Amino acid sequence: MSTEPIESMTLRLQVNGEAVERPVAVRRHLADFLREDLGLTGTHVGCEHGVCGACTVRLDGRVVRGCLVLAVQADGASVQTIEGAADARMAALQAAFHRHNAAQCGFCTPAMLLTAADLLDRPDRPSREEIREHLSGNLCRCTGYQAIVDAVEATCRALQG
Amino acid sequence: MNSPRDLPQAQTADACIGQPLPRRGLERLLQGRGCYVDDLQPPRLAHAVMVRSPYAHARIVSIDVEPARRAPGVLAVATGRDMAGWCKPWVGTLATAPGMRSPPQHALAIDRVCWQGEPVAVVVAGTRAQAEDAAERVEVTWEPLPVVADELAALAPDARPVHPGDADNVCYRREVASGDVEQGFAAAAAVVSATLRTGRHTHVTLEPRAILADFNPADRQLTVWHASQVPHMMQWLLADQFGLPESQVRVIVPDVGGSFGLKIHVFGDEMAAVAMALQLGRPVKFVADRLESFQSDVHARGHRIEARMAVSAEGEILAFELDDVQTFGPYGCYPRAGTGEGNQVLNLAGAPYRNRHYRGRLRVAFQHKGMVGPYRAVGHPVACLATEVMLEQAARAVGVDPAQARRRNLVADDAYPWTLATGPVVEGLSQQASLDRLLQMMDYDGLRAAQARERARGVHRGIGLAHFVEMTSPSGRVYGAGGAPIASQDACMLRLTASGMVHCAVGITEFGQGAAMMVAQVAASGLGVPVERVRVLLGDTDVTPYGGGNWGSRGTGIGGEAVWLAARALRENLLAFAARVLGRPADALDLRGGEVVEREGGERHLSLEALARRAYFRPDLTPADITPELMVTRSFSQRAYGSVFSNGVHASHVEVDLDTGWVRLLRHWVVEDCGTVVNPLLVDEQIRGGVVQGLGAALYEEVLYGDEGQLLNGSLAEYLVPMAGEMPDIEVAHLHTPTRTSTLGAKGAGEAGVAGASAAVLNAVNDALAPFGAFLTEIPITPQRVLQALGKVPR
Repeated sequence: MSTEPIESMTLRLQVNGEAVERPVAVRRHLADFLREDLGLTGTHVGCEHGVCGACTVRLDGRVVRGCLVLAVQADGASVQTIEGAADARMAALQAAFHRHNAAQCGFCTPAMLLTAADLLDRPDRPSREEIREHLSGNLCRCTGYQAIVDAVEATCRALQG
Repeated sequence: MNSPRDLPQAQTADACIGQPLPRRGLERLLQGRGCYVDDLQPPRLAHAVMVRSPYAHARIVSIDVEPARRAPGVLAVATGRDMAGWCKPWVGTLATAPGMRSPPQHALAIDRVCWQGEPVAVVVAGTRAQAEDAAERVEVTWEPLPVVADELAALAPDARPVHPGDADNVCYRREVASGDVEQGFAAAAAVVSATLRTGRHTHVTLEPRAILADFNPADRQLTVWHASQVPHMMQWLLADQFGLPESQVRVIVPDVGGSFGLKIHVFGDEMAAVAMALQLGRPVKFVADRLESFQSDVHARGHRIEARMAVSAEGEILAFELDDVQTFGPYGCYPRAGTGEGNQVLNLAGAPYRNRHYRGRLRVAFQHKGMVGPYRAVGHPVACLATEVMLEQAARAVGVDPAQARRRNLVADDAYPWTLATGPVVEGLSQQASLDRLLQMMDYDGLRAAQARERARGVHRGIGLAHFVEMTSPSGRVYGAGGAPIASQDACMLRLTASGMVHCAVGITEFGQGAAMMVAQVAASGLGVPVERVRVLLGDTDVTPYGGGNWGSRGTGIGGEAVWLAARALRENLLAFAARVLGRPADALDLRGGEVVEREGGERHLSLEALARRAYFRPDLTPADITPELMVTRSFSQRAYGSVFSNGVHASHVEVDLDTGWVRLLRHWVVEDCGTVVNPLLVDEQIRGGVVQGLGAALYEEVLYGDEGQLLNGSLAEYLVPMAGEMPDIEVAHLHTPTRTSTLGAKGAGEAGVAGASAAVLNAVNDALAPFGAFLTEIPITPQRVLQALGKVPR
């Protein structure tokens, strides 16, 4: 058995519905892999220790922090970034964000949208407090959050009746 | 909400000014199609990583960079000594801060480091990971030196000077006095005093500082993509630091992920990255990681203020006195010096009120801590906190309701222009009307009644108010007179394109506040075209007119006015040309909805597209005595006052848990008056965003240092910022007192949210705890500090 540490491996996964096969350093996190290797720069890196949430992506349908997942952990998985999240629900959410001016610098926004989209899948309509609680892993330094909560609430109301 | 009806007559004709239009360009950011500096990957891109000091104060005995040079992928390594040959040092002082001193500062430290995190070497490699690996191989031998960390110890007569050869650690001092302060204290029904402390905060832009420099040796052209608020200032400074002709330096500002006054300075690590691009003749990128951001971004707001206020039995302020010690780093930041914060505290303390008997002293102390510089609402929240906390405490001492006390002290709304006790002249404020609106909006009397009922059942809620005066749209007296290359003018270049569109280039910048949308609305209204017709260009020194960029809430007040003036001028040109084409008198025509129409009756004559085609393609049909100018440039600088002033008032409603010390924010209200509101949707969210930064300051945020100048909280897990779950709903209302300094009448609104929020929260907590004799004098209001004030845990 070799004692040499494995430095890289070949990664095979689906990204936004496309099959990707790439060599990747085992220490590279998923957000860097998406940004640097695949050029999917809609995923942002804000703190790299899992607090700000700017690197949020979907891994096999669940939102995860791209800076806390190693790229190799996504081997065989399906990853969705903001660039690939283009269903009708996301479009409705994006339109509501626009209408309510629920973004300023936009750095947190793709991740905020992916996190917020979780709430659209719930059978019931979340309260403002639940929306705030659900978004509490995503730091926004610009807006004061209220417009974001308004936009999510309005989208939930439109989609969930 | 604002409506065109509230606006000055001149702006109502074809106006989308005042309309809450969704911001253009946001779709790009919402779809992840934005482009921030770190998203750029030009060919042959190299990455710079800094080697930083682990000590707050140490001598660099030796640096061995050879092991790093041999590491995989490394292209170059440079130390402070190398760097000094390429980039000259800078001095962060201002002539308008007389007596201020700061030694020259180098991009990378040479013999001695003065704060933990100061960069001492730069490593450039093919990838960021390679550069980080190699940086660990730079071997520095350090000799730790004694540290001056505490601000009062720094000012003690026997303190060791931070800079050898200095007699003391006073970087800057200033005193102001007016009226008869002693007489005021002697005549008082009550005198209250406190030592107030505000935590050292930092901006925490979600996108860290980022720069990408590329130097093409063939044409000696330096192109810099910079997360910046001030492209033209950076162009000037880069040319100056590296000895290049200004015309050979181009600064491009792509999307910027938050600024808040951080991205307007010269940072050593950024200059080091530019120097390496010049040395290597290839693009070099530096992006601070989050730890580096905490260590090397500028900090602000760290003040220790001895405050004293005298009041009459009716709660009238008779005298007010402040002694402010501002904590500082080892250098004044360049080119703004960083003393603006303390100066603003002195200038704005007591500003909403009539009292003339005022004395203030400021001392800025050099320390072995991170550098200090402007942060959104420079000095405002500190001045506001000192004034408003003392006013409520004084009102309590004489048994007057705090809202009533304010009513008795506010400068009357018809008394402007008004000279503050500290010198600045303010115009067009509406403090009394703001208070009336606020009390009505929050149902003050109802809340007070509910508070008494809740107290009886053991629920401890408090209400706190805070008035503020906001300085916006600064004139050249602020920085230009100080000798800094900071434009207080701005310009707009407006042209009609061949297809009848409007191309609008401006010197102000966009970093999320919606400046480009504001510009489009002002241009469209001024011209009389649909807003969709206006394309806005900003953030590129090669294609935009020279200007100051965005800081100090100057975008709309100064940049917006330049756009308005340009739009009105282009409109005149267009109508004069249309008059010749149509054979009608120009004053019989008007431009509405992108069409030349008959002023009376609105009969359509000619589309702008037809007019443009005629001008550009068929001059042969036009008489020789007229050549229409379809591009105009207009500039504006605000010269009437040192700044244009906005005003308003905050209120906060909180609940305090006496057992845990936990403060829950229930509701927050703001009334603000920034004159003409161009887009209420954008302004409201500016205010709310500012409020949340102020709420963060009130409850969570503080950069902490140990006794040896060690940064104790360098991550977002330890430096807490507000998240959605802790924040209340924030109700915003506007009054509209247009400034007379411009035709547009718009004042800035970027500082308003931050200015009063933390004072309102501290007042609300003190209001909740007043029955227990507890009085908090420090932010952030941590649970521990609440319990200490209640005497439940030792101080």
